[in-house]
Amino acid sequence: MAGLCREAIDRALADAGLDWPDIDAVVLGKAPDLFEGVMMPELMLADAIGATGKPLLRVHTAGSVGGSTGIVAASLVQAGVHDRVLAVAFEKQSESNAMWALSIPIPFQMPVGAGAGGYFAPHVRSYIRRSRAPAHIGAIVAAKDRRNGARNPYAHLKQADITVEKVQASRMLWDPIRYDETCPSSDGACAVVISAAPTSGPAAWIHATAMRTEPTTFAGRDQVNARAGAEAAQALWRDAGITDPLHQVDVAEIYVPFSWFEPMWLENLGFTPAGDGWRLTEAGETDIGGRLPVNPSGGVLSSNPIGASGLLRFAEAALQVRGRAGDHQVDGARTALGHAYGGGSQFFSLWLVGADKPGGAA
Amino acid sequence: MTEIAVVGFAHSVEPKTSGATNGVELLVPLFQRLYADLGITKGDIGFWCSGSSDYLAGRAFSFISAIDAIGACPPIMESHVEADAAWALYEAWVKLRMGEVDTALVYGFGKSTAGELRRVLAMQLDPYTTAPLWPDATALAALQARLGIEAGLWTEKEMAEVAARSTRAEAAALLEASYVADPLREHDCAPYADGATAVVLAAGDRARELCDRPAWITGIAHRIDSPSLGARDLTRAPSARTAAEAAGTDSVEVAELHTPYTHQELVLRRELDLADGVRVNPAGGVLGGHAMFAAGLARIGEAARHIMSGAADRVLAHATNGPLLQQNLVCAMSASPSRSGPAR
Repeated sequence: MAGLCREAIDRALADAGLDWPDIDAVVLGKAPDLFEGVMMPELMLADAIGATGKPLLRVHTAGSVGGSTGIVAASLVQAGVHDRVLAVAFEKQSESNAMWALSIPIPFQMPVGAGAGGYFAPHVRSYIRRSRAPAHIGAIVAAKDRRNGARNPYAHLKQADITVEKVQASRMLWDPIRYDETCPSSDGACAVVISAAPTSGPAAWIHATAMRTEPTTFAGRDQVNARAGAEAAQALWRDAGITDPLHQVDVAEIYVPFSWFEPMWLENLGFTPAGDGWRLTEAGETDIGGRLPVNPSGGVLSSNPIGASGLLRFAEAALQVRGRAGDHQVDGARTALGHAYGGGSQFFSLWLVGADKPGGAA
Repeated sequence: MTEIAVVGFAHSVEPKTSGATNGVELLVPLFQRLYADLGITKGDIGFWCSGSSDYLAGRAFSFISAIDAIGACPPIMESHVEADAAWALYEAWVKLRMGEVDTALVYGFGKSTAGELRRVLAMQLDPYTTAPLWPDATALAALQARLGIEAGLWTEKEMAEVAARSTRAEAAALLEASYVADPLREHDCAPYADGATAVVLAAGDRARELCDRPAWITGIAHRIDSPSLGARDLTRAPSARTAAEAAGTDSVEVAELHTPYTHQELVLRRELDLADGVRVNPAGGVLGGHAMFAAGLARIGEAARHIMSGAADRVLAHATNGPLLQQNLVCAMSASPSRSGPAR
């Protein structure tokens, strides 16, 4: 754990041209402590993550936690509390079996007993029924994200030769989600430096952030197109001055642990009207080079260190507008979305970053 | 600079077990009391932030179901820390400073009695070198107490006097009891308790509307020390000292300290440079019942209550996380918002 985090932090500090004394505070995010079997691991990691003697805040908002970590770190700077904050998020899934973490039997509560895939598969089926999407959309997303992952040196899965047909031939796990349409269980960490003033190299300016939460279950809840996600997106677009997301956003890193969540989130985020997200995917518009490249990094489908996955989305969005995404760089990316969700599609965190300072050129 | 104050506080702590099945049952009564006290509804809260631990609940994502205590619709702006809820208050304070919202509700909860917490807390230690030895929380605290005694920093009698002040017992009588973990006796160790805490924060004029005497936060800061027990001077808590210096704790009248063991009050008195006249934990602090993850936030609420009731003009609250006072937060509050220490 210490090594995973430190490797990411050292690279982030080098990228920013900063050293430890420049960091005022550390924010650490990860998903449930039971995944690694250490209670509040930030306590025992304090030396390794450079927090000793400094403020250290531990965030945990389920799968959206990586995004929330970035937002809390940003708010410390935006509120004028600190000048430079280090955000770190990690998960070491090889220590346990996280797929089943949602399904621990709890006294006095109905057990889910389905694992994460079994929990979300009915939502996907419901989406397909509502939107009348063709059956191969999920496979298109999976093949695209895995091909993108092959361009990303940090991706867990690199499958440059994968095709839609190969995805469709893979084993069915939770109808309609096949093996190749599912995220891997990854070890990984992500570190981001958030600063009140530019450091070395190009910056990704934070134009807006948003977080929204709703309970897992209540009568009338729309689990396919969650209201909390839609309201988070509306707040983000409003605060960033975005009136037409599909035209004004150049690239999106969206939390897609199961392939079908790409079209579902495109609709929830307001990139397309409800029921039309799959059309963008089917037309190839979410490929690198399309109208709205989605997950050029390979996304969660290529790497899922759960606690870090949200911050990875935020960081990949920042890399794009900084022009530092290497082989998965989207040409001319000036405005990028980072998105994370967690729990039973109930926790949402978003940020919008730009190559230009909000309200004007850099 | 945004002026931010504590305007409401509700707390429950029940040694042994409360019988509550989960966080929702612990929290709903507190939320209802706060709504009634302040004349507000759920819709008046701009930001929610909580602190809790999955290891108390013995399950992953335990904070998720607690959201049921807030209600279904509409979605809320919300965050959670896996730490004592005093750190959730810190996150809410940051949010209020940004000016995004003007009211926040912070809560912490936990069923400390559901498992053998004294032993479970060993899982906070380094998983490769320390945790496999299973040093339980009380055994570690005993090592800390022993080091202080041998260094001549405190005595078992002074520890008993801390407990006597809380429990109104006679220190001499307490010293006749046998050890739980030498040199700790039962009175030195706060019993784990089920409980929850909720605090409402508000900014500027909103705070004045909601409360006659808001407890204005003049400084709040937190720091952490090394996890390496062998590398620390365990009789000290430098992170408490630096947090207090950053928060600014001049001329406080009352200090509410989060001290799971009696000798830790003696450590903190020195680190926080508390003058002899400062009243420490006048209602007994956590020695009467330690509702983990709610207790640090409760210290802030209790300290604020001294101001809101008019009993004091300047107070200090302290909260801790981790083994042996590893991580510490200090919050200074005043009856006047202009009385401010250093900003961070």
